[in-house]
Amino acid sequence: MNKPLTDIVRAPTRRQALVVGATLVGGSLLVGCSIGDILSAGSRVEVGAFGPFLKFAADGSVTVISKHIEFGQGNHAGLAAIAAEELDADWSRVSVEQAAANAKLYGNTMMGGTQGTGGSSAIFNSWTQLRTAGAAARAMFVQAAAAKWSVPAAEIKVANGVLSHASGKQAGFGDLLDEAARITPPEAPVLKDPKTFTLIGTDRVRRKDSRVKSTGAATYTLDVKRPDLLVAMVAHAPKFGAKVKSFDAAAASKIAGVVAVHEIPTGVAVVAENTWAARQGREALKVEWDEAKAETRGSAQILASFRDLASGKTAAPEKGGWKPFDSRGDAAKAAAGSNALEIAYDFPYLAHATMEPMNCVAMVGKGPTRLVFGSQAPTMDQINTAGIVKALPGSIQIETLFAGGSFGRRANLKSDYVTECVHIARKVGGGRPVKLVWTREDDMRAGYYRPIVHHTVRVTTDAQGFPATWRHRVVTQSIMKGAPPGMSGGDIDPTAVEGALGSPYLKATPIVDAQLIMPDVGVPVLWWRSVGATHTAYVMEHTIDQLARRAGKDPVAYRRALYEKAGARRHIAVLDLVAEKAGWSSPAPAGWTRGVAVHESFGSVVAQVAEVKLENGQPRVGRVVTAIDCGTAISPDQIAAQMEGGTCYGLSATLYGEITLTDGVVDQGNFDTYRVLRNSEAPTVETHILPSTNPPTGVGEPGTPVIGPAVANALLTLTGKPTLSQPFVKA
Amino acid sequence: MATTVDVNGRPLNVNSAPDTPLLWVLRDELGLTGTKYGCGVAQCGACTVLVDGQAMRSCQMPVSAVGAAKITTIEGLGGTHPLQEAWVKLDVPQCGYCQSGQIMSAVALLAQTPKPDDAAISAAMDGNICRCGAYQRIRAAIKEAAAGPAVQPVAAKA
Ligand code: FES
Ligand code: FES
Repeated sequence: MNKPLTDIVRAPTRRQALVVGATLVGGSLLVGCSIGDILSAGSRVEVGAFGPFLKFAADGSVTVISKHIEFGQGNHAGLAAIAAEELDADWSRVSVEQAAANAKLYGNTMMGGTQGTGGSSAIFNSWTQLRTAGAAARAMFVQAAAAKWSVPAAEIKVANGVLSHASGKQAGFGDLLDEAARITPPEAPVLKDPKTFTLIGTDRVRRKDSRVKSTGAATYTLDVKRPDLLVAMVAHAPKFGAKVKSFDAAAASKIAGVVAVHEIPTGVAVVAENTWAARQGREALKVEWDEAKAETRGSAQILASFRDLASGKTAAPEKGGWKPFDSRGDAAKAAAGSNALEIAYDFPYLAHATMEPMNCVAMVGKGPTRLVFGSQAPTMDQINTAGIVKALPGSIQIETLFAGGSFGRRANLKSDYVTECVHIARKVGGGRPVKLVWTREDDMRAGYYRPIVHHTVRVTTDAQGFPATWRHRVVTQSIMKGAPPGMSGGDIDPTAVEGALGSPYLKATPIVDAQLIMPDVGVPVLWWRSVGATHTAYVMEHTIDQLARRAGKDPVAYRRALYEKAGARRHIAVLDLVAEKAGWSSPAPAGWTRGVAVHESFGSVVAQVAEVKLENGQPRVGRVVTAIDCGTAISPDQIAAQMEGGTCYGLSATLYGEITLTDGVVDQGNFDTYRVLRNSEAPTVETHILPSTNPPTGVGEPGTPVIGPAVANALLTLTGKPTLSQPFVKA
Repeated sequence: MATTVDVNGRPLNVNSAPDTPLLWVLRDELGLTGTKYGCGVAQCGACTVLVDGQAMRSCQMPVSAVGAAKITTIEGLGGTHPLQEAWVKLDVPQCGYCQSGQIMSAVALLAQTPKPDDAAISAAMDGNICRCGAYQRIRAAIKEAAAGPAVQPVAAKA
């Protein structure tokens, strides 16, 4: 998601197009307007004297406004710390408020200026922005104090939220609020030399939301209370692409508390006074489905068709055929050469299975349309909503709440569950709040999975055992297909190959022939924590260990040599650090076997050494030593938390994660059939952060894709056998 | 059907249909939204409450089955329970959605086993899923709380 989104300004109707067009060309307000201007037209968000990111109260407390949603990754603390550092605020008096939806004020530079959280970009894209905001506000307070005290600004010090002068004068932000607010903010305030940071990088940067999340006080979408609130549940088609043929609502309408039944594009909605009545009503509903356009294949068939494409058993279609994504040297030679290592890998569909199933509250039909929920991509959600209610995207108001996890699920090009809620709220009308509640089964069967992926790799080696030729075929569904043209990345969906594309191992190989094909499948797919790396990291890292083994070389030394060839300095640094901290050169504790893996994603490089054993034939993971280069570390504790959580998320998928379909119907529905990692199965993750003065890079995702191959590599050492399909433990 | 349930030391009138799971009575009717829905089938533990001091899945208990039992929800811990303090001190929550259930399971554990070993923690906590994978900190926070003064069974406040 790093292309300009010019094309997403598709107005829903012709009239709407004219409105947008007119604003574009004729509106004096919007002359020379940007994508942010267009997408925020109609917005009523107000900005205070200290800009869109900072507010100060008379008591001296500071509020940092976060344009990013907090759904677990600790970005609220990190973002607040960036501004607080430049402000020299008292960290204990800094709190975080969620920003409203407004692309112009709160766009993400990594998402073409639309507002959204993803790609582990929250901290990275806010780094300069929030430093500047903090430094500008600091300068305004300093100037206000200088004028009030009649002393030169240069003589004023700020520390812990207190301005002071050698004369003994001193004041807090609250004391100077009115004066400072009248000062014009400097356009290019001087930023601190990172060497003088006192907050960033220290253990003082801790979460601001732990208490409300430990007392039940934090508000999630499911907790929204409003007078007159209605609860809706939707009967969805059992197969993707099916439509409602007919329905009988007689029995459902008789359930006490059910107030209405509405057909909407995605199914039949039962609207009730409370959750239980909505659920009972939905169970009483009889719906017939038109499956003429539905996907009716099973996942085994889909995977088999992918394998046949990779092996050449099935010829690629003329349109949408094989596309090279990396090639070096004489590609014809990559297919040739004897004594090759040829390996095929399979990856299943994965559900995100966030702890809080998808849900949304919408109010339509009185005043501006309002949404209250955990919006990961507010601009996208505004655009998709605007198309239904026929309004300017910027006029759609979104109050973003905490969300019970996302892992990519809530950033959806179609805003699937959001638009479902808007359709229902529109039928209900009158601005009456409607809360759409998905059960776990609704959530798990709604699609938008990590796609099925197949890789076939064929590598020949030179006299030293290093790759001489590398042929790589990837078959997977495109995640970006159907995305607005500005976003889709052209012929090659980058999300399908990132991590293989750009791999130092390919850089170190003289002849490379890597190609991708993206067949159409009627199962909706989506980014899933670490996206392409969920499979590319596994394929590259597990292949490398198999090559090292053939060459009779130590996996760490073998990697190191390839990184040298590729000039991958950051990889070498984290590999060396992890090897040292894990004690790679000495034997593993009795009964345990070590495996190593290294992968770069979202700007960060992560190396892990996992200690693994087999218990009753199933892998058990104990200590996991992690080294990460994520540039400047804002909150070491939250980086560690993300390595711990990301590792569990990746391990859960590697060991157990699998969505299957039989004749187009999803087989799993709840945690009894979609197994996830439990407390006693969680490894103990130890995190070591590489010191760095580079700008901060991602931490939410890069911890996820490395554990799978690290465990597979340990098992390779233990058993002598590679693990070529996930999950390791079949249901 | 009007009935009375004892929640966090207070007798409260409820009118929900008798087959309504306690979870939805707490959330929808009594406004106690700290208790979460995660699965509805006793698989995830997000809905855990104490029923006469025992950790129970409120999604599985029809309100008609509560009778005179004393229900304690996350709100009933008071906000400064030693486990809550340990959770805050170690920054256990990520998305936070599972944490009410985690804490309630841990309260029941420590009431029964004040100094739990790893096996006891696993037995008590494996029914509570955390998709964010905060497991390591959950275990550490339980040990942190257990190391302090004995954790009292939650007193029902009048
Ligand atoms: S909601 Fe009750 S155990 Fe999951
Ligand atoms: S903190 Fe998110 S599910 Fe546990």
